[in-house]
Amino acid sequence: MNRTQREAAARRLMEQSPPRVPPGLCAEAVRRGDRALRRRAVARRALWLLLLAAAVAFTVWALTVQPWAEPPAETTPPLTGW
Amino acid sequence: MRGRQASREARRAREFEAFVAGAAGRLLHAATLLTAEARNDNPRARRLLTLSLAHTYAGWDRLRGEDPYDRARRYLATRFAREVWQRRGGFGRPRHRPAGPLAALAPQERLIVVLRLYEGVAEEQAAALLGLTPERVRAVCDRAVALLLHPPPAPVAAPTRAWGAVSES
Repeated sequence: MNRTQREAAARRLMEQSPPRVPPGLCAEAVRRGDRALRRRAVARRALWLLLLAAAVAFTVWALTVQPWAEPPAETTPPLTGW
Repeated sequence: MRGRQASREARRAREFEAFVAGAAGRLLHAATLLTAEARNDNPRARRLLTLSLAHTYAGWDRLRGEDPYDRARRYLATRFAREVWQRRGGFGRPRHRPAGPLAALAPQERLIVVLRLYEGVAEEQAAALLGLTPERVRAVCDRAVALLLHPPPAPVAAPTRAWGAVSES
């Protein structure tokens, strides 16, 4: 028996008596798949909201603190009585 | 916007239903062979199939010309491999007696035989899917076929062999 014949015999062995597909399989798969899709959509929306909130917070902070403005000099004493 | 989305969902449901009608029988047979359950008592195989079909449904709009059957089959195989891997330590003894034509094989041998022979997946693809080398896939497949066609006479403890306890021959 060569390799091809052996594999064909094993294939025949496996092809016997296919199981019956239960009814409602498609509906169950659609239900689960829909739930996964909805969960993904919710997660994506939450991430976008988080990003938006971070951007707003950063803008507000930058506008109040203004880190680009030069801080007033503190080492030189004020010039008085000149 | 809402109308377009509704029509897309309806189209997806229609296409998916046609796909399931065509593919479920063969996939369920493959899953039942994998789990080595009897043909009319196969809760594990049904669960595997439901999960893989749900996965396919969730990715239906992003298939981009990919074969949904191939996708479902890949998910089925990797999910089965993962479940076998997770239950191999101590407590996860199989609760049912293995039945069906592949009852004498270890889970990995069943997986490779089903992918290679029943589903006709190429050696390289099966190897890539399972993270093995093609030579290893070929060796395991040959040994499993030999074991199937010429089962050892004594009732050896073959069904309880663990995932990795098969020796290279």
